[in-house]
Amino acid sequence: MKETGKIAVLGDGDSVEIFKAAGADVFTADNEMNALHTLKKLVNEKYAIVFVTENIAVMLEKQIEQLKTQPYPVVIPIPSANGTNGFGMAGISRDVEKAVGVDIFK
Amino acid sequence: MTRLAVNPTRMELRRLKARLKTAERGHKLLKDKSDEMVRRFLSYVKENKRLREETETDLAEAMKSFTLAKAVMSRTELAETLCMPARKASVETSMENVMGVEVPVVQIAFDGAASGADALPYALFSAASDLDTAIEKINELMEKLLRLAQVEKTCNMLAEEIEKNRRRVNALEYVMIPQLTETIKYIVMKLDENERGSIVRLMKVKSMMQSEDV
Repeated sequence: MKETGKIAVLGDGDSVEIFKAAGADVFTADNEMNALHTLKKLVNEKYAIVFVTENIAVMLEKQIEQLKTQPYPVVIPIPSANGTNGFGMAGISRDVEKAVGVDIFK
Repeated sequence: MTRLAVNPTRMELRRLKARLKTAERGHKLLKDKSDEMVRRFLSYVKENKRLREETETDLAEAMKSFTLAKAVMSRTELAETLCMPARKASVETSMENVMGVEVPVVQIAFDGAASGADALPYALFSAASDLDTAIEKINELMEKLLRLAQVEKTCNMLAEEIEKNRRRVNALEYVMIPQLTETIKYIVMKLDENERGSIVRLMKVKSMMQSEDV
């Protein structure tokens, strides 16, 4: 049951436009309302993979948490042009804590 | 522990014993499942961490090159170079079953050239060289990013399932099983007590009859 899915990148500024060259669809958002709206649209349009830059991901934490329970879409935080703010790594720590009880990688 | 509200009868006892057996078996199975899931989860999460560390630095670098390119090119030029991508990326998605959890599997599929000058969606002289570097880097990174996406999602879903499973195990271990054992004990005691009562009654009757005969 293989299906073909699309890749989207949701970012805060022009720096994510680089993903256009790699063949992904690029969307930008500058505030929380905007970002939320775009994320919802991407989910509805059945994008398989959505990369979200960390500074946007911080605003959408609740929605991303909700999407974690279903296989698709895969929403993954990536660092923005200014580098990482640790949101992605914090996600891993949270998973470990959930599964094992303590963060054993600290 | 509270015991269940049941009648202390032999039939009820038999029923509860069967339930206790099932509960204990289920508890053991779920506990084994939990152990195995944690084992798999740990190997996935290690890979997740490794991939994330690798991609985070690389991606930041690629974006930095891009920002540099942006600085030397005009907005329209830049938009022009990027408006016709050399290749379209899509993913083939399917599902995999990891310990009863349906996790996504993604496989990237490009149409168009993967590397070299063909991968650049513009003429070489029309853009800054930093843009070439950035695009080359991002093309290399794409596969790793998708691998990261798959592994990270698997970790998310496994963690969720492990948590759920642990709740089930605990409910069986600390609620169901103690309740059942307690109730079984209560019924056994009640039945024994009834039996003792009837024996005493019989003995009493017998002795009364004997004293009447004399």
